[in-house]
Amino acid sequence: MTEKNKIESGFSSDAEKEPRRIVFITRNTSAKVVDERGPKLMTYPHLLVREAIVFEVLIIAMVLIALFWDAPLEQLANPLLTPNPAKAPWYFLGLQELLHFFPPFVAGILIPTMVVVALIVIPYFHVNVEGKPLWGENRSKRLGIVIGVLVPLLIVLVVFDAWTIIVPTALVAALLLASYQSKATSGWMGALRTKPLSWWVMTWFIATAVCLTVVGTFFRGPGWSWVWPWGTHAG
Amino acid sequence: MATFFNNALENLRATQVWKSIFRRGPAITNRTRSVAVFGNLFLHWLPVKVREKSLRVRAAYYLGSLSLLLFIILVVTGVLLMFYYHPAVPNAYHDMKDLRFVVSNGVFLRNMHRIGAHLMVLLVFWHMFHVFYRGGYKPPHEFNWVVGVVLLLLTLFLSYTGYLLPWDQLAFWAVTVGTNIISAMPIIGGKVRFVALGGNIVGENALLRFYVLHVVILPLLAFFFIGVHFWRVQKDGGLTVRSKDDDGKK
Repeated sequence: MTEKNKIESGFSSDAEKEPRRIVFITRNTSAKVVDERGPKLMTYPHLLVREAIVFEVLIIAMVLIALFWDAPLEQLANPLLTPNPAKAPWYFLGLQELLHFFPPFVAGILIPTMVVVALIVIPYFHVNVEGKPLWGENRSKRLGIVIGVLVPLLIVLVVFDAWTIIVPTALVAALLLASYQSKATSGWMGALRTKPLSWWVMTWFIATAVCLTVVGTFFRGPGWSWVWPWGTHAG
Repeated sequence: MATFFNNALENLRATQVWKSIFRRGPAITNRTRSVAVFGNLFLHWLPVKVREKSLRVRAAYYLGSLSLLLFIILVVTGVLLMFYYHPAVPNAYHDMKDLRFVVSNGVFLRNMHRIGAHLMVLLVFWHMFHVFYRGGYKPPHEFNWVVGVVLLLLTLFLSYTGYLLPWDQLAFWAVTVGTNIISAMPIIGGKVRFVALGGNIVGENALLRFYVLHVVILPLLAFFFIGVHFWRVQKDGGLTVRSKDDDGKK
């Protein structure tokens, strides 16, 4: 490496030299730096080198998997021979598990549509953007609302016997109520106490989706009955 | 030895031909390094500078970039697979057999495409949840979050339309189960399903429709929205950096 390649590229930028709006001056105060997001590095080479390394790691991993794990190919499609169970791709098995409990319109149309709409509107609700702790102000009133939503939800789930939804829902609900009671200021319970409503809803959604998908993929056999992945029927 | 290669590379970079291709000399000053990014069609959607904090692995786990890489791998392997594939019944299935027993490295090609597809669905979901927990949907990123939701749906549709193409029992019944759900839509359900399948059952028309969606329409839409998505990351001020990222962890 010759001498001219040793020019320092990285931390030379500093907030006061950058042509960005980094200060505001209000009456009777001095200039104050509001951007505290840290220094910047040149994209070339710092970001590009990292991306190249990550890309190579992924490609190597994929090649290794592709060498040792063959894509399945069953018999020619036969509309007259229905396999039992007929399963959708894994990412739709959560929905298929829902279909087991609820009428097709609810499980196949209503719930997926609601999920997509809910995802889209997340950033347009002030409460999600602010992200204040759920158990902050008005906590006893909010507890009333939370219980007022949770209890009917659990009753509906019990009526439909949808216990693969009840389990993750009850787990998240237990954590939610425990964090209301807790006085912890550190550790994982302390962290839970600072979580906003959006965090709780998303965590509940992911827990339920993962549970439904795993059950649908590994624990469902003929007639959508419960089976163990290692092959013995649970009856 | 290393010095020899460095010198050779350096001499190469100083040649007229190199400069004519890359529109710059060696990228050894901040100016030429900036030009290397914004003067390059394939990199110009990146910012010239990135925050040191957003480079940390935990900032994004490179999930967005890796999803893009998977999309590229899927386009390349997918185009190669198209050379061997006829979207017809039962030729499609026989082409799968040919890929396994006749075409050189046909199994590997199909394996890469399949693994890439599953990984892409996984990583796109993971990417979305990670962005959510970091608060990456907050202003000014709110519209890019919506574009991301569109990309998630496109990824799912791409994967699902590809699932039918091998035309084996697995493909046929997975798509039959899925498209039966459409019938549950009130009033228009039956008609929507008829349009999606080109008939009342999953047959030759459905295979052709899924094929066209899978290799033309959905990839073009995905390409368009991926472009918007990455471009907006830069225009909206880069990755979300939180004040609590200060704690000095890697």
